[in-house]
This record gives sequence, structure tokens and C-alpha cells, in this order.
Amino acid sequence: MSRPVSIVVAAALVAACSSGPRGGDTLVVFAASSLNDVFTALATDSESGVSADFSFAGSSTLATQIVNGAPANVFASADERQMEVVISASTNAGAPVVFATNSLVLAVERGNPRGVHALADIDEPGLLVALAAQQVPLGQYSREMLASAQVEVTPVTLEPDARSVLAKVEMGEVDVGIVYRTDAMSSDEVDFIDLDESRMLSIDYYVVALDRSDDEAQAFIDRLVGTDGQQVLLNAGFGLP
Amino acid sequence: MTSRRANGRTPIVIVVLGAVACLVFALPLVALLVRVPWRSVGSILTSAAALEALWLSIVTSVVTTLLALGIGVPLAWLLARTHFFGKTFVRAVCTLSMVLPPVVAGVALLATYGRRGIIGSPLEAVFGLRLPFTMPAVVIAQLFVAMPFLVLTVESAFNSADQTVEDAARTLGASALYTFVHVNLPQARSSIIAGAVLTWARALGEFGATITFAGNFPGTTRTLPIATYLSLESDLGEALAMSMMLVVVSLTVLIAMRARFLPTLGESR
Repeated sequence: MSRPVSIVVAAALVAACSSGPRGGDTLVVFAASSLNDVFTALATDSESGVSADFSFAGSSTLATQIVNGAPANVFASADERQMEVVISASTNAGAPVVFATNSLVLAVERGNPRGVHALADIDEPGLLVALAAQQVPLGQYSREMLASAQVEVTPVTLEPDARSVLAKVEMGEVDVGIVYRTDAMSSDEVDFIDLDESRMLSIDYYVVALDRSDDEAQAFIDRLVGTDGQQVLLNAGFGLP
Repeated sequence: MTSRRANGRTPIVIVVLGAVACLVFALPLVALLVRVPWRSVGSILTSAAALEALWLSIVTSVVTTLLALGIGVPLAWLLARTHFFGKTFVRAVCTLSMVLPPVVAGVALLATYGRRGIIGSPLEAVFGLRLPFTMPAVVIAQLFVAMPFLVLTVESAFNSADQTVEDAARTLGASALYTFVHVNLPQARSSIIAGAVLTWARALGEFGATITFAGNFPGTTRTLPIATYLSLESDLGEALAMSMMLVVVSLTVLIAMRARFLPTLGESR
């Protein structure tokens, strides 16, 4: 491509991509997938007047997008490391706060046909177990918990995310999957068993205003850590910090 | 770009539009090469995990291609040479997986061969066989998604082949099967190879149906595209290096095959 042509193409691309943060004054919130239900519920409750456009994806995907210039006003991450990635690349972000916690559970088919009641039960031969891959936070948490509980298990599959683990349980392809409590609660097809062993993990959710002088972003965060927000989070299966 | 047209210049409009089309493909590839961390490529690609994934990808995609040849060529012949009620519908069904989102294909395969599936459930009850999360499941996923490329390519070759040769063989007393093996197959040879290469390339890159149906476990079902996708979560450089390996392997085979076989395909039409 000749130089003038490439400049025109580049300019067109930039113009197409940067309709700017706050086009039409709507708050843009980038949030981890697991927050989908909660944030949508918070936004549709019109009392507080918080309206926002949401983009839900894995925390690492969102962090990559924000660092590369995506027009987000608020970032809610399920992973401390990804929050650090965003903060360290930003000059005027506010201070991140923990607004919720999550825990790990054993998801089993409804009715628990294999009689799984504790983490130690899942090393039973013949029991098909799905874990998340170690490349994603859920997979790391699961390994950490299994190691510290000294439970050795050979999974049949290492799924790319929590929803995929859950889907394998829902379809009956595996007997047990380790997922976040909130994912298990969102499904009608599975039962779940809370795990004491999960307490050693601090699975914290962070939120930050990407411009610390942005009042609207701050209002959203205030609502999240306020009574209403915390109640919605509790109902969805999250823990409070 | 040199013009091979005998008379007149190549219309500039067509050159420009064609170049834009070419850029659609070329730009992302170039961008990929620019971002690849060349210094660490060697150590990433010779790591045990990457080699294991590459080996699994090669083995499964080759098995898939052989299976596709074994059953896809007969299917192509049936579609090209026989007439039966609902043939248009059958052809649509046999090529639908080309346009189906691969994840949906994976769910469909689970519904078929999974523990609760219409085939998988009796299979486990009678033979104790379980397909999901196994290497055969990877092959089934690839076959489902990739075989249409072979079927369509070979069917069109059977359609356009010179039928007088076949008629002559039959007149001289050759059976239909003998004619298929000794006349139809040789006539369609280059298309069969071209279709097989396309099928292989598609199978090599298969991701969505595989991870949904076969899952992901190192050495059993973690193919190179799955390993690449997962490393995207943790190490962009590793993901880029593995993507490059897929691109290089596929591109090499496609170019080699094109030079060797595809020109004759063009002439035979």
C-alpha cells in the first residue's frame, strides 16, 4: 500500500473506532462475564437513574481492550491481576475497590445422582470431572484449592471458562465440575455443594473509575457498594467484602 | 502485478478492487507476523506442550482426511451421478456444517454421541464406549466440519468429467463399480486431491466444535488451535507464536498442493 493510501485508511479506521467515550453521555461499563446478571439488574432498576452500556467478557479480554484504547468509563474485574494491568497503563484512573467476593463450588447434575457431598469425594474412580484450564483464573483457583486440600483428581477436560465447565455438567457429559458459586446459582440444571476449602482463596471483584474525576462513573460505583447493590450481589450468590 | 491479458490493459478499477480483497486476507497475516515475539519463538514452539499439540493436530487431521476420502468420495459420486427423491435436501444437509457456527456443531455432536446422546447413550450402555473427551471425538468433530469441502469439490469434478469415457467403459462390459474405480476416480484425481487438501486444512484449524464436543486435555484432545486459544488468556506471545506455526504449516501445504495439482484441475474443466 502506498503511503497516502495507508494514511487515509488509517484515518478512516480511527474515525470509525473513536466515537469517543460518552457518546451521548451514556456510561460505558466493561465488566467480567460473571457480573452480567447483576449489572444488568442494577441498570434496569430505574430508581437511581443509573443507565449504562455494558460490555461483558473475560477480565483479561476487557483489560486488553481498555489498554488498547477501548472507550470504557468503568472497569469491573473478576481478577486482581487484570485490574493491575489496567491501572498501571492508566494515568488518571481512580483507586480500585473490592465490591464483591466469589467462592468455588462443586456443580453436579440436579438431584446429585452420584452422591457427591465434599471435595474429597471427587477423586472416586469412574467419576468424570471437568475443571477450568489453568490459563484462566478459575482454573488456577481450582488447582490451588485441590492442592491445599490434597485431593488428586484427573479431569477429563480443562475447559476455557466457567460457563463451559457448567455446560458440560448441564449436558450430563461430566459428573462434577468446579465452578464459581454465582455460575452454579445462575443455572436451573445443576445443584451445587458449597466448599469450606474455598475459603482460603480470596476471589475478589474490583471496580474502578477509569477517570477519577468522572462523577457518573463514581455514582455507579457508589451504587454498587451501597445497600441496594450489595443486596443484588448477595442474591446472585456473591459474597460481600 | 503483471498482466497476462493479450490485448488491452487490465481495467484499473478491477485491479484496485481485487487488491482491496487481497488486503482483507493479507493485512491480518502481516500484522500477525509483526507481533510475533521472534526472539522466543524457538523456545515456545519446541516446548513439550506445543509439540504435543502440534503432533495431535497433525495426527487427527490426517486421520480425518483419510476418513473423508473413504466416505466422502462415494457420497460425492452419489450426488453427481444418481437421481433420487430429495437429493437437493440431502446435499444441503451434507454441507450444512460449513455454515453452522462450530460451537453449535459441537453441541449437536454432544447431543448425538454424548453420554445422553441418541448414539452415545446406547454405545455406552452396550459396549461401555464413551466418545466425548477422547481422540476419536476430535476426529469426529473435524470430519463433521471439514468433509463438505471434499464432497463439494469432488462432486463438481464428477459432474464436469467427460462422460463418453465412462459410457465406453460400460459399453465394453465394465461393471458400475469397476467403472467407478478405473474411470471416475482417475478422471477426478486432481479434484480429489484438492478437496482432500482443503479438508485437511479446515480440520487442522478446527476449534469450536472440537473444544465443545471433545473438550481440552493435553495429549488427548488439546489440538494446536485450542492450545493457541488458551494461551491467549495467559501469554499473548505464546499464542502468536503458535498461530504463526499454524499459518506456516497450512500455507506451505496449500502452496505446494496448488503448484502440483490445482492447475490441472482448472484445465480439466
